[in-house]
Amino acid sequence: MLMKKGAEARLFLEEWHGRKVIMKKRLPKKYRLPQLDERIRSYRTLHEPQLMHQSKEAGVPTPTIFLVDVKEANIVMEFIEGEQVKKILHTLTTEERRKLCNHIGVSIGTLHNHGIIHGDLTTSNMILTPHEKIVFVDFGLGEFSTELEARGVDLHLMKRVFQSTHYDCVEDGFEAVWTGYAEAVGEESAGDVSKKIVEIEERGRYIRREET
Amino acid sequence: MSCCLGIESTADDFSVGILSFDGEVLANVTSTYISESGGIHPREAAQHHAKNVGIVLREAFREAGMRPGDIAVVAFSQGPGMGPCLRTGATAARALASYLDVPLVGVNHLIAHIEIGKLTTGAKDPVTLFVSGGNTLVSAFDAGRYRIFGETLDIAIGNCIDVFAREAGLRPKERMPVAAMVEALASRGRILIPLPYTVKGMDLSFSGLLTAATDLLHEGRHPLEDLCYSLQEGVFSMLTEVTERALAHTEKTEVLLTGGVAANARLQSMLKIIAEEHEARFCVVSKQFAMDNGAMIAWTGILAYQHGLKVPIEKSFIKLKWRVNEVDVPWMD
Repeated sequence: MLMKKGAEARLFLEEWHGRKVIMKKRLPKKYRLPQLDERIRSYRTLHEPQLMHQSKEAGVPTPTIFLVDVKEANIVMEFIEGEQVKKILHTLTTEERRKLCNHIGVSIGTLHNHGIIHGDLTTSNMILTPHEKIVFVDFGLGEFSTELEARGVDLHLMKRVFQSTHYDCVEDGFEAVWTGYAEAVGEESAGDVSKKIVEIEERGRYIRREET
Repeated sequence: MSCCLGIESTADDFSVGILSFDGEVLANVTSTYISESGGIHPREAAQHHAKNVGIVLREAFREAGMRPGDIAVVAFSQGPGMGPCLRTGATAARALASYLDVPLVGVNHLIAHIEIGKLTTGAKDPVTLFVSGGNTLVSAFDAGRYRIFGETLDIAIGNCIDVFAREAGLRPKERMPVAAMVEALASRGRILIPLPYTVKGMDLSFSGLLTAATDLLHEGRHPLEDLCYSLQEGVFSMLTEVTERALAHTEKTEVLLTGGVAANARLQSMLKIIAEEHEARFCVVSKQFAMDNGAMIAWTGILAYQHGLKVPIEKSFIKLKWRVNEVDVPWMD
């Protein structure tokens, strides 16, 4: 059963050897040349399970991987019962929201401490389970990196999700993410990342062209 | 008939547009600074603009068949852009508004691109991909503002192509930007050379790809045609990927492509495919209104003025890094 038609992949909810699983299929993109398309899809299919495994080891819950088919760009993984954080964030009280966002921040910090960059930190990629665990999904755009730039970009994305999707709770929401993040990585690292985010936000518009 | 005169001067173009309040373009005249040595030198561009203010204004009035006294509002691009260029346009706008004793309106350059695109293509509420020499932005309207869904994390797409072209020895000619030369060369490319492909969420990075492409160029093992082809395929696939993600996320029913790079046929064909797959209408802004132009400033000035937004001369400072999501757009509600 097709569960989600994302821009990057389709998620099917299936029965697989008696388990409820998610089958993630990266279908070919017609707009890309076939050689380029194949390269990107197989790269992401191969890297995503590695990142998910490392995250689990670092203590940040991710779905269990059952099968990886690089050639077909397919991944079979555990289905996580719960709600997308995106869908419930606005239903919470300020206090609950702060707690949840703080937890998210701690998880992101933990990933970064272990050299894992999620690459697509949106509230749709976090699932709150009935046991109050936050499971991170969709590592397709992630990478292994300890660079400040990568960490800054990761959190810049998270911040922008609050500004574009949760603009009614940017203040307490992202603030709490940030507090949690700083708890996990330490004040000094958090300060460096914070400076990096400011730098990233100032880039990308009128760049310094080669001055002659 | 009430008319607004708009002055655009964020980068290498100095342009004046005159529009009637009901959206008819009466004049749109541009003078472009062409650098001999490569890239835009902001101060030299500003000197070019200052020298051409009178000429462009006179030509715009002639094209519209109007006299300065017929203007009811003066609008100018207040940012984002290059300081010296913005200041030149702002100075001209302030002088004109003060001389004519009419209201002055400061306009966000990026919002002006979206608004003129909507006016000229009939789009109502699109996901916009704005691609130019200075900007790369995926934006859509939500709750009172144009929100930023994706943008470049380092250099702009047009800048990436221009720098590569200049490294390859291409030089712009009148009416023939180097990007058009790259497009022509790419259409004869056959072999796809692997280059970095960097999408981060809905954001993009082009600098790694530019460095890799430039290194390969200097190695001299690949024909320039193949390098242009590989560069274009890579960067346009990245742009299309993030636009598709924004489209899937917002569930809008229109895709608007604008900016100087919008003229590229390959980029257009890629975006058309994703628009069709999401059952959205695909709109490309014509070259005259996709490049930086005064008409877009005049039109956005009209929209803002009609919603009571104007700026006193003493507060009309330019805003070098004015982001679109900082601007209220009451005319969309």
